[in-house]
Amino acid sequence: MTPASAAPRKNAIPIHPPEQGVPLSLANLSRRLRATVEELGRERLTGMYRQMVLIRAFEQRCEQMYQQRKIAGFLHLYMGQEALAVGMLGACRADDYAVTSYRDHGIALSLGIPAKALMAELFGKVTGVSRGKGGSMHFYSKEKNLLGGHGIVGGQIPIGLGAAFRAHYLGTDQVSMIFFGDGAINQGVFHEAANMASLWRLPAIFIVENNRYGMGTAFERASSVHDLTQKAQGYAMEARQVDGMNLLECYAALREVVEVRRRNPSPILIEAKTYRYRGHSISDPATYRSKEEVEAYQRVDPLQQVRRLLGELGWLGDGAAQQLERDVRQEVLDAVAFAEESPFPEPEERSRHVYAP
Amino acid sequence: MTLQKVLFREALNQAMCEEMERDANVFLMGEEVGEYDGPYKVSQGMLARFGPKRVVDTPISENAFCGLGIGAAMTGLRPIVEFMSLNFSLVAFDQIVSNAAKTLYMSGGQFPVPMVMRGPGGAAAQVAAQHSNCVESYFAQVPGLKVVMPSTPYDAKGLLKTAIRDDNPVIFIENELLYGVSQEIPAEEYLIPLGQAHVRVEGSDVTLIAYSRMAHLLESGVLPELRKEGIRAELVDPRTIKPLDLEGLARSVRKTHRAVIVEEGHRFCGVGAEIADRLYSACFDDLDAPLVRVTQQENPLPYSKPLETASLPQVADVVQAVKQVLYRL
Ligand SMILES: Cc1ncc(C[n+]2csc(CCOP(=O)(O)OP(=O)(O)O)c2C)c(N)n1
Ligand SMILES: [Mg+2]
Repeated sequence: MTPASAAPRKNAIPIHPPEQGVPLSLANLSRRLRATVEELGRERLTGMYRQMVLIRAFEQRCEQMYQQRKIAGFLHLYMGQEALAVGMLGACRADDYAVTSYRDHGIALSLGIPAKALMAELFGKVTGVSRGKGGSMHFYSKEKNLLGGHGIVGGQIPIGLGAAFRAHYLGTDQVSMIFFGDGAINQGVFHEAANMASLWRLPAIFIVENNRYGMGTAFERASSVHDLTQKAQGYAMEARQVDGMNLLECYAALREVVEVRRRNPSPILIEAKTYRYRGHSISDPATYRSKEEVEAYQRVDPLQQVRRLLGELGWLGDGAAQQLERDVRQEVLDAVAFAEESPFPEPEERSRHVYAP
Repeated sequence: MTLQKVLFREALNQAMCEEMERDANVFLMGEEVGEYDGPYKVSQGMLARFGPKRVVDTPISENAFCGLGIGAAMTGLRPIVEFMSLNFSLVAFDQIVSNAAKTLYMSGGQFPVPMVMRGPGGAAAQVAAQHSNCVESYFAQVPGLKVVMPSTPYDAKGLLKTAIRDDNPVIFIENELLYGVSQEIPAEEYLIPLGQAHVRVEGSDVTLIAYSRMAHLLESGVLPELRKEGIRAELVDPRTIKPLDLEGLARSVRKTHRAVIVEEGHRFCGVGAEIADRLYSACFDDLDAPLVRVTQQENPLPYSKPLETASLPQVADVVQAVKQVLYRL
């Protein structure tokens, strides 16, 4: 092989510690978040925590199933970003719309799609949410208004815009939650969609999940601005930043944003600062970032934050938390069993759904 | 001649490095080509060797960086634009079709677009419909574009070097599942002209026409099966879809009088339809049986393994097709 007379010298990889605000704890809870806690109450907050634990446990099992070759193709894990999906979608109504990228497990679980239907999809079984035809990247649910996990970076943005347009067209008070990455914001289609959303005052909630990397490219190497809310200015669109590791921040922000828009539609760009714990996909060893950086984020782990708070509130003791984890573990094992036992699609399934009847 | 054993990805790497050494106007641009050493390690070591000015990492903005490449080519540079996969070239489809392909013509010959757009195409392993497009027929339809699809490291290197020196926009389609294929190739420089088919295996009973991964499927899977049944098939690889070496294909068909055309893409308006049409005109009197095509089924490629297998051409499908043209069913 000719190239690489010298292998590229890996310079020391810069560490980007979390820029987040204060991690959750009763002692330093702002008045606003205190009100949020009260509003949610014990049952809902514990329920949201359970969803986060479910996402984490589901994906840890996915990794294992991938190694056992039960799951194939691309597998992009959401671990680390759980607070974002659970908090933001927790502030939405069941009839709102959501659309996201290939990193769609967390969003799908937050919408309440049963773990077994998702695991079956990953196994390529006909009982999966997309009848085995989509796989990890392409979860769809008509019932939960999930307009897909999308494989083309940025491709989902105008789809979500379409759902917002529908709300405007029919005069409903639904909103459209459009999730995409810090890499995706550099696709032209984001800018085209932002302009139209603002021009027509559509209830489009653009949520950029800034997890610091688009594949191996650190955010600063791909974006000319480091505060993504600046991008909204060019389209006279509102924008705000949210600590995506903090469940209450995510929930509270979206409550406010969505409430206003139900009465008076307009788009908004939300930059949620977050972090993915695993590589871009299961085949990425993520050598472009340092162990210290990952650890720094794990110190503000979204699950741990909520668990601590629930403990301090006296809403979830250690025993109950362990029981919750056991229940979740069982739910995931049941999902695996369901996926395992489900049949592969029949051969006729191959040519079904190519055209509408 | 000295031989060196290289992987497919290394052959491509050598082609790019040699051409970048030879011509300072050649540069590589794309997602993860530099610091990450290439999404599929095709550009491994190139950043270290040529520096960030000539091995350029881009944001995920295919439409813009492909268009940038076209503008750079119009003004005298010779870009190699890498698409992480040809699926993502569809984000830049307008730039390729409306600008790269037509600028020379519309400018009355003033602005050639010497540019290579390359990356893996076709289906990989269960990556579902949006990541499995066979784009060769889309691009081959457009006057002004050339389309190259090598199946071996030897062809990949020789054809890529030629493509880089070509003054036209060339869509150079690799295959993820072939990047790890190895072959002994000359250590000395060589080029392969575009538009020359290659007889990979000689035979006399039937001509099999296939390119890219399908040529491998035929050589390693189908030919042994046929041999067991005493069928000596000739395997011809067009290597370039456009320009197409009709004469090279016809020569084989005139010898065997029968042909099966295999492609990974869909049947409707597929590359095989074009080849069949030309062969019917060129070899009508030589044919002892109607041509048979083997293609992907007419559905988006499903994720689920059994459905994926049922959608893509398999060894058994080609063996069956061969028996059909030989009236041995
Ligand atoms: C149009 C297009 N270009 C390239 C890719 C390959 N690709 C898949 S994900 C990805 C990185 C996206 O990063 P980001 O938007 O930050 O989302 P994240 O993966 O961090 O969730 C790239 C380059 C693709 N799928 N689609
Ligand atoms: Mg990202």
